[in-house]
Amino acid sequence: MTQPVTTFPLSMRIFHWGMAALVLSMIFAGLAMVQSLQTWQPTVLALHKAFGVVALVAVLLRLINRLRSRVPALPADLPGWQVFAAKASHVLLYAALFAMPISGYLMQSAAGRAVDVFGVFMLPPLMSADLVWYGVFREMHSWVAYALIALLVVHIAAALQHGLLRQDGVLKSMWKR
Amino acid sequence: MSMIPRHKVTSIAIIGFAVIALICAFLYAAGVFGKKQVTAQQFVDFQQGENPHLGFRRAHAKGVCVRGDFIATGELAAHTRSTLFEIGSTPFIGRFSIGGGNPSAPDLESGVRSLALSFDAGSDQQWRTAMNTPPVMAVGTPEDFYAQLQTLMPDPETGQRNPERIAEFFANHPETENFRRWSAQYQPSGSFSSEQYHSINAFYLINQQGEQQAVRWAAVPTVQIDENQYADTDQAANALALDVRDQLEDGTIVFDLVFTLASSDDDENDPTQPWPESRQQITAGQLVIRQLEQDAAICNNLNFDPLILPRGMQATNDPILRARSASYAESYRRRARETWLGKEQQQ
Repeated sequence: MTQPVTTFPLSMRIFHWGMAALVLSMIFAGLAMVQSLQTWQPTVLALHKAFGVVALVAVLLRLINRLRSRVPALPADLPGWQVFAAKASHVLLYAALFAMPISGYLMQSAAGRAVDVFGVFMLPPLMSADLVWYGVFREMHSWVAYALIALLVVHIAAALQHGLLRQDGVLKSMWKR
Repeated sequence: MSMIPRHKVTSIAIIGFAVIALICAFLYAAGVFGKKQVTAQQFVDFQQGENPHLGFRRAHAKGVCVRGDFIATGELAAHTRSTLFEIGSTPFIGRFSIGGGNPSAPDLESGVRSLALSFDAGSDQQWRTAMNTPPVMAVGTPEDFYAQLQTLMPDPETGQRNPERIAEFFANHPETENFRRWSAQYQPSGSFSSEQYHSINAFYLINQQGEQQAVRWAAVPTVQIDENQYADTDQAANALALDVRDQLEDGTIVFDLVFTLASSDDDENDPTQPWPESRQQITAGQLVIRQLEQDAAICNNLNFDPLILPRGMQATNDPILRARSASYAESYRRRARETWLGKEQQQ
């Protein structure tokens, strides 16, 4: 019989903190660049698109890794509604992490534009330019971003609650061995 | 006194502070607390005015959609990796337009005419360019451009421009001199086909060796048409569009696409300064417009973002060029959403 694990495996922790840094950078860049007329704007926009492709590949590998890994169980004394909230918010986080880059690629496609990935290769548009589909995917990209921001705030608040208030080892399980 | 132990109060305070700080950081990035510099949204708000024409471009709302082929001479090929300039032919979608946000404005009364082009020769050879009749910008930054537009705006009460404010603005902005000199001598022609359209901003060409050369380009007309036959008819409002239709019924409209190469004396990041006539010019090819595109959606679907550049071309650091992309994107977003939601106006 195998021992129950108390921490996330190293691979999952690397995915978690690496993507945390990537996703937060992408959100802040995205919020600022849709408004800015400053000279850095096109540069940041180009990086945002290229890193979006990185994020899509990363979340795909992360999900595969997650399904193959043994993860620590939630504390046995956690109230039922918190268990449900924890599971539901993680499903929604994964959904949003997929929906962000996919809606981004779709909106570029509907604008008839290819996505330049660091000058190394180009992702071709999936359709010829179409104003209505651009409207759909452009708004979708924003609404998913707002949902992701809300989920991240809840996720961070809950993690701190586990780490500081309950001190039940949940935060530690993603933090260290 | 309290049911909650002291260490828990501290923890709750830390969590509350962290969450509020995080939310404030997102709100700050989203501009909720205001932005120091003019934003794309403010710009487009200003362009569309009090009563936006929903579903239409916020600038250059009225135009005519055409198709043609770019026949490259190959003369520019040594300067750029882009395959568009190798000897051969590339189809394009084009749009002639007049300045302003009113989709039913009278054609002959606009002070600015434009030609926008979209080439798509594969993912790394997409090129869009939006060219205007003035060869230079009046000012060199988005902040100054915003101030210029506000200065030129007619007083909402009198409907008149304020000449004192305009004179003061120009006095404070000596860089406007080249634009004003051009503006004073510019005579609109009788046709879209007899105007010269300029890239205004400079770009870099990148050759096979990775060397960069700053350039501007212009679509140079091959005909001279002074009078428009619809000018004094009841169809004058659409005089320029009807003229294009007539010309394409039994012929083509041809422009030379001429690149001007900067020397090291020229500042490629300053769109207010023309380059001397003596600079080397290369005719990259001919823009042969062959037919009117009857389906206006073909052009409406496109955002003629001047930063969609093929491999072998790059943007300079010109602040105006770099501001164009974000403001075009905001206009595109608004009309796309309006069209999707069925709110677009009938012209």
